[in-house]
Parts: sequence; C-alpha cells; structure tokens
Amino acid sequence: MTFHLIQELGIGCDRRKPLSCLGDRSQCPFDLNLVALFQENQTRSLPILRWSPTLSVSPEHMIDLKVNGARHQFDGDPEMPLLWYLRDELELTGTKYGCGEGLCGACTVHLNGSAVRSCQRSMESVGGKDIVTIEGLSERASHPLQQAWRQANVPQCGYCQSGQIMRAAALLKKQPRPTDADIDAAMKGNICRCGTYQRIREAIKAAAAGPIEVKK
Amino acid sequence: MSQIEVLTRRTFLGNLFSAGAFVLAARLLPEEAVGASSPSGAGSTGKAATAAWSPSVYLGIDTDGKVIIVTHRSEMGTGIRSVLPRVLADELEADWKRVKVEQAFGDAKYGNQNTDGSCSIRDFYDAMRQAGASAREMLERAAAEKWGVSAAECKAQNHQVVHTSGRKFGYGELAADAAKQTAPKKEDLKFKSPAEFRYIGKELPTIDVADLCAGKGTFGIDASMPGMVHASIERSPVYGGKLKSFDDKEARAVKGVQQTVVLPPLTPPYGFKPLGGVAVIANSTWAAMKGREKLKVEWDPGENAGYDSANYKQALLETVRKPQKAVRNIGDVDAEFAKGGKTHEAEYYVPHLSHAPMEPPAAVADFKDGKVVIHAATQNPQAVQETVATALGIDKKNVECHVTLLGGGFGRKSKPDYVAEAALLSKQVGKPVKVTWSREDDIRFDYFHAVAAMYLKAALDDKGKPTAWLQRSAFPSIGAMFNPANQTGQPFEMAMGWNNLPFDIPNHRAENGPAKAHVRIGWLRSVANIYHAYAVHSFADELAALANRDRVEYLLDILGQPRKVDIGARGRMADKFPLDTGRLGRVIELAAEKSGWANKKPAKGHALGIAAHWSFYSYIAAVVDVEVDDEGKVRIPRVDIAADVGTAVNPDRVKAQFEGASVFGASIALMGEITAAGGAIVESNFDTYSVARIHEAPIITNVHLVPSTQPPAGVGEPGVPPMLPAICNAIFAATGKRIRDLPISNHKLNA
Repeated sequence: MTFHLIQELGIGCDRRKPLSCLGDRSQCPFDLNLVALFQENQTRSLPILRWSPTLSVSPEHMIDLKVNGARHQFDGDPEMPLLWYLRDELELTGTKYGCGEGLCGACTVHLNGSAVRSCQRSMESVGGKDIVTIEGLSERASHPLQQAWRQANVPQCGYCQSGQIMRAAALLKKQPRPTDADIDAAMKGNICRCGTYQRIREAIKAAAAGPIEVKK
Repeated sequence: MSQIEVLTRRTFLGNLFSAGAFVLAARLLPEEAVGASSPSGAGSTGKAATAAWSPSVYLGIDTDGKVIIVTHRSEMGTGIRSVLPRVLADELEADWKRVKVEQAFGDAKYGNQNTDGSCSIRDFYDAMRQAGASAREMLERAAAEKWGVSAAECKAQNHQVVHTSGRKFGYGELAADAAKQTAPKKEDLKFKSPAEFRYIGKELPTIDVADLCAGKGTFGIDASMPGMVHASIERSPVYGGKLKSFDDKEARAVKGVQQTVVLPPLTPPYGFKPLGGVAVIANSTWAAMKGREKLKVEWDPGENAGYDSANYKQALLETVRKPQKAVRNIGDVDAEFAKGGKTHEAEYYVPHLSHAPMEPPAAVADFKDGKVVIHAATQNPQAVQETVATALGIDKKNVECHVTLLGGGFGRKSKPDYVAEAALLSKQVGKPVKVTWSREDDIRFDYFHAVAAMYLKAALDDKGKPTAWLQRSAFPSIGAMFNPANQTGQPFEMAMGWNNLPFDIPNHRAENGPAKAHVRIGWLRSVANIYHAYAVHSFADELAALANRDRVEYLLDILGQPRKVDIGARGRMADKFPLDTGRLGRVIELAAEKSGWANKKPAKGHALGIAAHWSFYSYIAAVVDVEVDDEGKVRIPRVDIAADVGTAVNPDRVKAQFEGASVFGASIALMGEITAAGGAIVESNFDTYSVARIHEAPIITNVHLVPSTQPPAGVGEPGVPPMLPAICNAIFAATGKRIRDLPISNHKLNA
C-alpha cells in the first residue's frame, strides 16, 4: 500500500527491494520532501521515516548527491538551482536553461526516477538524491526514445530535446503505452519553439510500441 | 564567373591534412547574388555588395581519402550545415560516410554568412555544385593522366575514379595529382542530372541528430573557456534609457560575485550595438544572476518613456485611415471607388512579437593583446566581427568568431549585441567572460517584430470580384535601427507581401505610412510577410464570404490567368525567381485536394480555412482545420500545407521546416503578443509571453511538396505567413466571427 502510494506520486521506488536503501543514503530512492508528506498521510510507522533530512547535509553544509551514478559533494550556495550546478560545475551541459521559472521544461532531469525541472530544485533540496541527466539516461544514447527520436528526425535546433526526452522517458516509465491525452498531459510543460511537437508525439508512440521494452 | 584555386594545405585547415592533400577554394561570383533584398541589407552588414556575396567554397581531399567540406552557414535547426555540404558531396561523387563537415569561422572570404532570409540554399546551391563538379573533374583528369588514357574514359563514382576498363583509383590516391591539375572553367563544368543525384532530393539525417538526442551538441550557452567568468547584465527597462546611479554593495556581497562593470550607454543609430547597463561578474551563472537581483539601479528613461501599446495601436490605425505614400499603383482605385458601387473595407492589427528562441542569447569572449576570440550562437559571424571590432576599437581581422550550434534563431541571433557585451566585459575584466541572457532579458530586450496596422478597401462587381483594391500599412521599420530617419517601410519590407499583390485586379494601389520605433525592431521569421499576408489574405476571404463563394474557387478566380507579377524587388533574384501566379494557383489546388476541401463543408464550430502566400520565392498554400468548442477554445487538429519550393534539396528537412512554421504561425495567431507600458515591455517570461505548447499547436501538419526541378527557393520562413489568415478564415467559417486584430486569445469566440 505504502509503496503503491509512492508509485502513484511518481517516485522511483524499487518495489522488489523496498528497504534496501536503508543502509546507504546515497541509494535512497525517496524524495525527502515527500517523506514529510507521508507523515501527514498517516504513514508514521513506516521504516522509511528513519530517513531524516539532516542525513543528507553534513555539518559543514556539504551536500551529497548522485549524478548519473557518480557521487558528488557540493559546498557552495545551497540556494543554487540544480540546473546551474549540473551545467557550470559538472559541465553536464545537455541539461538546458530555458526560463529559470519552471515554465519551459528545457532543464528537465530525473530526480529519484521522476521528471523534475532542475531550475526549480535548489541544491539543498537535492541532498541525498539520485539525479539522472540526458547524459546518463542510457548507454550510448540507446534508450528506446533516443532511438525513436533519431528515427523520426525529431530535432530541429535540438536545444529543448534533452528536456523533451527526459520528460518522455519518465512518462513511459509510468505509462508504457500512453494515449494522445497522456502525451499532451505529460509533455505540455516542455516548449519547443521550432515546433517539433508532431514528431515528438510520433517518436513517443514509436518508442512505446517498439520491440524494446521500456525498463522501469 | 568562377575562379577555382588550388591552395597549399597550410592556408586552409592546415593541421587537418597531410602533405599531398588536395585542397581547393572555389571562388564563385554568382551575378544573381548581388544586391540586397534580404532584411540584413538594412544592417551594418548592408554593404553587402558584390564582394560580400561572393562565396568561396573550401574543400579538401586528403591522401587517405578523407574529404573535408567547410560549411559557412549557421545551424539553428534547418539542417543547413548538413545539407549544403551534401550538395557539394553529391557533385563530387563523394561517399558521405567519408566526408567531415567543418564549421567556418566568421570570415568575409566565405562570402555572406548571415544565415537569414531563407537564402542559404538559394544563394549557395549553385556554388556548392560548381565546387564539387570542379574537384570531381580534376580527380578524373588526374586518374586519366596516371593511366595515360583520355579523361573521357574516366568517371568518378562513389569516392573512386573508374576507367572503362574497370581499373579504379580511390580519391585519396588521386589527391596529390588532382592538386596539380588546372582548375576547370565554370562554362566547361559538367553537372550531374537530377536522375544521377546521390544525396540531393534524398532524405538523409543531419550530421547533428545523434548528438542532439544525447545532449551533446554545443550551443553558445554551453561554450566555455579556461578561466571563464559569468556575467548577468541589468539594462534600462526603457529603450535608450541612461544609467543615473547604482548601488552594487549588496550585489558584491553575494557569494561568488567578483565585481560589477558599467557598460557604456547606447548611442544612435542603435543597429547591433549592445544596450549598455550594469554587469555583475561572478564565478557561476547563478551567482551572477543572483548578484544582479541585488543591484539597485536608477535609470533616466529618456524619450521612449511614453511608449504605450494601446495608444500606439490607435495611432497606427489613424495613420492607415488616411492616404499615404503609394508603393505600387495600377489603374485608378480612386476613380473606381468614386463610381459609387459596392465596396468593402476592413482594418487589421498585429502586435509586437518576440523571437524567444529556446536558447536565449549567449556568447563567450576572451580579449587578450588587442585580439578577441569568441564562441557564440550567432546567425551572422561577420556581423559579430564588425560589431565587436567597432565596440572594442580594433580591426575586425582581430575578431575570431567560432560559431556554435544555435538553440533557435528566428532572426534574433543575426543581431550580435550580446556578443559585443561579452567582448566589452572581457576587455574590462581581463578574463574570458560568458554572457547569458535570462529569459526575461530575452523577451524584454528583444529586437521585436514590428507592430502593424493595415487598412484595406475594395470595390466589387456583381460577382463579388474586386475591381479596385486599396491597401495601406503602417509599422515601425527595421530600417530605423540603422538610421532613425527611416520612419516608413523600407523597400525590402514592401517587397514582403505588400507591393506584389498576386491577384489580377485592374485598379490596385498599395500604400505605406510613417511610424516611429520606440523599441528595437528586428526581423522575425518571415518578417513583414507576417502582417501583410494576414491582412491581404484575411481580406480576400472577407470578399469571398461577401460574395458567398467557395474560397478556393474565389481565390483561383481573382488570381486570374497564369502570369508573372512584378515582385517589386530590385535586382537580386528577380529574374531567377519571378512570381508566377500559375504556381501559386497550383499550390492552392493541391492544398485543397489533399485537405479534402471539397467534401468538408463548414459546420458550426468546425471548419477549414485557406490562405496562399508567396514569400522567399516559394509558393505556399495552407488549409487549416479548426475546431472552436462551446467555451470558445480553439483546436487545430490538422493543417495541410502545399509548397512549391523549387528543388527540395532535403525533402525531410523541408517538411520539418513547414511543420515547424505551422506551429510558429499558429503560436503568433493564437497567443503571440508583446506590449509596452510606460516605455517598458510588460511581458517577461513564458508565463506572460505565451508560445504554443504541444496541446495548443496544430496536431498534424501534412506537407505536400510540388515535385520540381526549378531552382531551390526559401523554406525556413515562407510557411509562417499563410498560417495566420488561414486560421482566422477557418474561425470565421466555423463561428461567423472575423478576427481582425491578433492574437486570437484576446477575443471571446463563444458568445
């Protein structure tokens, strides 16, 4: 029930090993803000509540996080959005700045498996989190969506496409066979000024229907 | 004329080649590419005389067979940096898998590099073919000499020269000898027939697609240099305002902020000059932005403080209600109106628009010892050289501009003010500086698409056909950016759908009135065609509606017999690309056929609309299927675009441009609006300046290309103009409501 709820909220929990994260906070698949939410939702007795937000922030304000499988520590401005940390410090420039206000989706990354706008996540809020950017989405850009994107020649300028692919990947994880309405609902936060929406829709459907199963 | 030069490898891409490589510069002077009908003709680069339009195409073949082709155009999503080299590779009979494309720096030796005006293919298609054919012939002659046979017995085929006997040499084996050949004369060149094309007309992916799907392409905002610092700049909210005072104490207290720098104020003519302001320099983009928020700045707003969109709209409408200067006059419209027959008149309005490319303006510059190295997302690296050189007081030869990928351009990134900011700051700071515009900067300090008002009046015969057609427009001209005295539409603006009405009407006058610019005005994808096409093709639909006639039948009727229309553009492409109303009629018929026009009669809340417009030498008709629900919400389930663009060099990318233009045009029509109040731009991000999202854009755009062997014309822009009137015409058919001022979102469609 609990983990079902977590799934509903779009948090990337591994249902087969729900408690495996307890030994190593960098492995924790849960969003700490949502732990608080669970508390409100009468889930106090759950082992997950042993996760304290302070665990992810060291006394020296060192913020630990995982990006594309590698552990990193950050001791800069805790208010800095994850976007600028990824781009300026880790030089993972595939994640793009588009608006800084969570309006365009160009900066979309996965946070513990869910699509989030990295411009809206401060560094202090991502301590202990597992971040995946477009660079870490797959080995050699082999994700079914990346294959479908190439097949359909989706990109024009290409600037928004990292965010589009990351958003679509989160969609397929949740809804492996999305309808047009599902696609609209998931993708409407991601602007493409070149107007590649038609091919984005086509590529999502191709990936969803394709022979390669989308891994959860 | 053309001149082919064999270079030493050191003069071109020296490090990339081994000794013995065949390196060629094909200097070509296409006589048709002289003059300036593109908007950039008004710019500081407007000295685009013969020399600037003379391309030199550079290519090299190494002894291992590797072919390098220099691409001198900027990639902003059209696929141009893949497609043009492929034209050359086709004539060269090169194996595309063995071709490497190198992006050119800004340098006048490449000819015009301003990737703008939908002109890359039409200006350089011939040049690329000539360069490829020249090198191919030299390779064939080199092989013939080695074998001691006649060159006529040798034929280049997929990276080899093959003799009739079956003997073969790879291109690499021939490179050294080919370099010793005399270059052929242009008049002696043999070109492939369309049937022999290997890449032209074929749908091949671009060279960048894999990188772009992996987050790997490098855009201007991604460029970096060792030791680089970041800048965010506070600018006067009112155009031309001056800095009065500022307090940077709190800004400098922000962790990571290093210093602030005052950029000099803007002086007219404004052109591509940076706006001036106060820059915050920091060790990260975030720290620079955060520091900037803490700046306390006072501005003297200056003469544009009174600019207000609501008042300005009224002033423009007043202007077009009165007679203005004629820019085209046929017959006598006044005499026809004086006869007192049936007439119809209407006024139209299109607001300012912002480009809002997904990548806001960004550039990195490193100034050292009187020279500056730049990495920038720019449509026009030579304008970067000129603008930066002027700003820094150095020779433009000392400005090295590397062109990154562009995260959209739409005309914004041919104006390099933001690059000059980075260069000025680097000189001040003594380090490489990256300038990143925030989205708010991008929207508030754009070179806006001109706000425009149009008035049209027609006299009608008993079949509802116009016997007289008067049209007047007023808009602040792009020309004012380069000379404030330019307060009426410039010739290139008139040539964009205003002084070349394609309809066959015995009495016709087009007029244009004055308007002063109070913000920076710039060209946006399809430029003046946007408002001109909206007014002209909405009005044609109004006349058809009054006559109660089928729109397709009516349009074909007023187009008249196929004929050539005086296109009002002097020089450049007029002879090569006449406006042929027969071709326009054909795309109308094709769009009607493919959309199922004849069988889809308008119903309440659901109808088709059509408009056809000629621009950038291409003929485009759009049929838009519009649904308006009970709440007045507009959906566009389907668009059918018929396009005659001459030869479609890469049909997939051509279709992609029209798919994109369908969205771009729908975005303008449905929701695009920039307004000013108290001299400052009101909108600032995507919450206030709406652009079409996936659920708002046309769901399917079918693109139907007319098969053609005519010279390739423009494709990047011409899909936009017909979308606005086609959507509004469909809304009229579905609801009886005529939208005469945009955007549609300002209207209630459910009442």
